[in-house]
Amino acid sequence: MKYGLVVIGASLGGLNSLRGVLSALPGTFRLPVAIVQHRSSDADDTLQFLLQKECARLVREVEDKEAIIPGKIYLAPGGYHLMVEEDHFALSTEAAVNHAQPSIDLLFKTAAEHFGPRVIGVVLTGTGTDGALGLAEIEHGGGVALIESRQTAFAQEMPAAAIEATRHAIELKLEEIGPYLVKLDREQEAG
Amino acid sequence: METIELPLLLEAMVQRYGYDFRDYAPASLKRRVHLAMQREQGVHTISAYQDRVLHDPETMARFLDVVSVDVTAMFRDPAFYKALRDKVVPAWRELPLLRVWHAGCATGEEVYSMAIMLHEEELLDKARLYATDINQRLLEQGKGRIFAIKKMKDYTNNYQKAGGKSVFSDYYTARHDDVILRAFLGKNIVWAEHNLVSDSSFNEFHMVLCRNVMIYFNRKLQDRVHRLIYDSLPVGGVLGLGHGESLQLTPYENCYEVVDRAVKLFRKIR
Repeated sequence: MKYGLVVIGASLGGLNSLRGVLSALPGTFRLPVAIVQHRSSDADDTLQFLLQKECARLVREVEDKEAIIPGKIYLAPGGYHLMVEEDHFALSTEAAVNHAQPSIDLLFKTAAEHFGPRVIGVVLTGTGTDGALGLAEIEHGGGVALIESRQTAFAQEMPAAAIEATRHAIELKLEEIGPYLVKLDREQEAG
Repeated sequence: METIELPLLLEAMVQRYGYDFRDYAPASLKRRVHLAMQREQGVHTISAYQDRVLHDPETMARFLDVVSVDVTAMFRDPAFYKALRDKVVPAWRELPLLRVWHAGCATGEEVYSMAIMLHEEELLDKARLYATDINQRLLEQGKGRIFAIKKMKDYTNNYQKAGGKSVFSDYYTARHDDVILRAFLGKNIVWAEHNLVSDSSFNEFHMVLCRNVMIYFNRKLQDRVHRLIYDSLPVGGVLGLGHGESLQLTPYENCYEVVDRAVKLFRKIR
């Protein structure tokens, strides 16, 4: 299999961007997707509910040590960091990393560590610089680095930091990201 | 290189000090080892760190701090305490004596939250709260009842959302940058060092809270701790886990019924 996991990070303005990406994924989309959206620690399941409404695949908040299974959309629960650990996820309640919990960098770095060239990282809209280092590590490991274009991002700071930190990352408008992921997913079906 | 060095470090710790981190979840553990190394001057490799750990108990103590110190809060996840108050506490009124175990309590914020709730439900006098952790230094801190004043705004907010019946500031006295909790909240708490990795069950409890502790363990060790908890509960005893934790895929999944699925409250049924 060419790819094994898609990881997506979003902050301010993320709900709209995530909806845009997820609504473009068909029910046949096979790659597992892990999402970190910055939010408060006592957040309830509203985000999961809102994303599920737009998405043909099952969206669920990750439980500790849950296996990474094709076709599922995983969301970092409020109050936890989300990490990849071999073939499953691990949660942690350690302090914020780079002012963020859940931390996009932590998800991206651990995904790069375990999936290497088989991971696709996507940095969406947001303030701050979370995700930039993580995306650079994904790129360094031979994975695919995608960034929401500053033309469509509600907050440009995070995409700008990610562009700064990477060399060959592909900038895509919001409406192009979903179809691009679908294309990568089909590529691996073919070969 | 690190895939060779890390197991050696963990082996050294267990042989020299008896602390066994070999079945901790690797993602977090690796991060913690690196954080601990950053705090030591002149340590650039895990091997160098191992050398220092072996020869200096203080270095080991600092490692324990890095591994066990975690973000905690009073009435953390207010919905948990709300559900506890509404769905579990009423049955406790009939008991002559109430025993609750907070396994992995760190500095005790959640233990005091329980004490406050039990006080408001007029159950504190007959309660014994067992607060245990692997790290003695954290227990000492918890026993002192002193917390940072800057956290009180969040805690007050949590307390209210958790269904608190009084005014949160009635439970503490401010002094400089700290607050000290009122003494009666601590009088029924038993603080004790206990290692979930290597120690066994030490009593039977009406409730065990083990929240966001097992996320740092691998599946094998999680199963061991679930066994320990199962052995520490009578039928009808209640288990509270963290929001992101689950009984699913553990050997004890079928031994509990759900009291509240969203906040991860379970009751032992067999």
